[in-house]
Amino acid sequence: MNLRLKMLAAAAVTAVGLAPPAFADAGDSPTLQRIQERGTVSIGHRETSIPFSYIGENNEPVGYSIDLCLKIVEAIEEQLGGGKLEVRYVPVTGQTRIPLIANGTIDIECGSTTNNLTRQLQVEYLPTTFITGTKIASKVGSGITELEDMSGKIIGLASGTTNEKAIKAAIEAKDLDIKIVPVKDHSQGWLALETDRIDAYGSDDVLLYGLISKASDPSAYHVTGRYLSFDPYALMVQRNDSTFERLGRVTMAGLMRSGEMAEIYAKWFEPGPTNINMPLSDTLRTAFEIQALPE
Amino acid sequence: MNYNWDWGVLLRDPYLGWIIEGLGWTLAISLLAWIIAFSLGSALGVFRTASSPVLRALATTYVEIFRNIPLLVQLFLWYFVFPELLPEDWSRWVKRDMPFPALTTAVVAIGLYTASRVCEQVRSGIEAVGPGQRQAGRAIGMTEVQVYRYILLPNAYRIIIPPLTSEFLTIFKQSSLALTIGVVELTAMTRQIEEYTFQGFEAFTAATIVYSLVTFTVMAIMRQVDRRTALPGTFSKGAA
Repeated sequence: MNLRLKMLAAAAVTAVGLAPPAFADAGDSPTLQRIQERGTVSIGHRETSIPFSYIGENNEPVGYSIDLCLKIVEAIEEQLGGGKLEVRYVPVTGQTRIPLIANGTIDIECGSTTNNLTRQLQVEYLPTTFITGTKIASKVGSGITELEDMSGKIIGLASGTTNEKAIKAAIEAKDLDIKIVPVKDHSQGWLALETDRIDAYGSDDVLLYGLISKASDPSAYHVTGRYLSFDPYALMVQRNDSTFERLGRVTMAGLMRSGEMAEIYAKWFEPGPTNINMPLSDTLRTAFEIQALPE
Repeated sequence: MNYNWDWGVLLRDPYLGWIIEGLGWTLAISLLAWIIAFSLGSALGVFRTASSPVLRALATTYVEIFRNIPLLVQLFLWYFVFPELLPEDWSRWVKRDMPFPALTTAVVAIGLYTASRVCEQVRSGIEAVGPGQRQAGRAIGMTEVQVYRYILLPNAYRIIIPPLTSEFLTIFKQSSLALTIGVVELTAMTRQIEEYTFQGFEAFTAATIVYSLVTFTVMAIMRQVDRRTALPGTFSKGAA
């Protein structure tokens, strides 16, 4: 009896092992299986990360990161057999992006997310797409250039960003007398700066230029100071899904190899629809070259 | 789900301290806002049932305005728009020099909003006591103030203890909206823990438990209050 039970169990295991996988093209990737099942790719996007991922004129998310993600969507379509996939845009914030990737609500996050080692405990990153760092924006004539000039003043920081941590650490390290006002997102931080609730707003310099370019009077604000952190941006995907991650890496390496990456970059930054005008830096050009792995 | 669980993070320094500090701010906002809500709401509730048509109109207008605009919108109006309508130096005082600008704004906004809801509870309590009591009071020569002081309000408050408890629980939970204008209360603190450790699920579970513990405590206390203050032979018989 016992032996028969064991044989039955063995037969069952073999049968399961031999059965064709339910999703032949999706392989062992949970993300690809999910996408195939629903026929939809869920893209997480930001609303005010200009020009990476923001709400454009047609009320649709647009930007540099969104364009890169759409290239990956094309690669997914090809991998799953060429059928057209629907793209569903899910707005995320600095606080929601990591839990939403971890629980599978979004398949890929296309925003302005810094790749750091702590975050890698929960999510995985594709190759670096942009390199920036924390700086501060203030009103012209406020007399603020560096963080050290802000003694007794107020700085706004978006919750959940690497900038928040970097500036808090810098303030603590130098024991500066600066008051911190946490804000929900970049647009609220900018509103606080415009209405004089805060004296400066700290964020990645490229985002600050983006916010200034969309301000009512761009000449009234400037970005100053040294870099207070090193922030390499990358698209975010779920952990423990090396098949899907590789698909992303292959797409990105291809774009970098063919030079299409630089073209997409030029479309958004040189000078780009919001006149941000940030030519491709030597550091980023080198990063693109190094990450352009051969087939 | 692909996630590294780590419940220990909640007890680690400084995160445990953050949760306690956040709870402190949450209680501060709720209690201060409740003081505004209860006192203003009671006065408005009396106005709403008073014989003077002017007072009634005043209280009705207040309720219609404050109860019909979403609290989050009111919070933003008080925080971002209201200071811009003030003269230059007042505006600066509200935005910078006022003690705890964000906290104070949150307390006022949540307090004023909840006052409109408390007003309606008080009004319904007074109406539940019935017109007979009011007429009887006036017939034995009491003034309107005396009728409210000695007959209507003592009965009305007893009747509305259960719904007032709900209002208090609501104010306590709504205090989390204060984080949208930068008050680092309990929910904001748990978000901050998530930002530093990326253990969001643990942090939010902790917040859920802390909120529940506080609300259960309030409910238990209010049930006792209801039972102790109950008058035999009236509507209020204590929460059964």
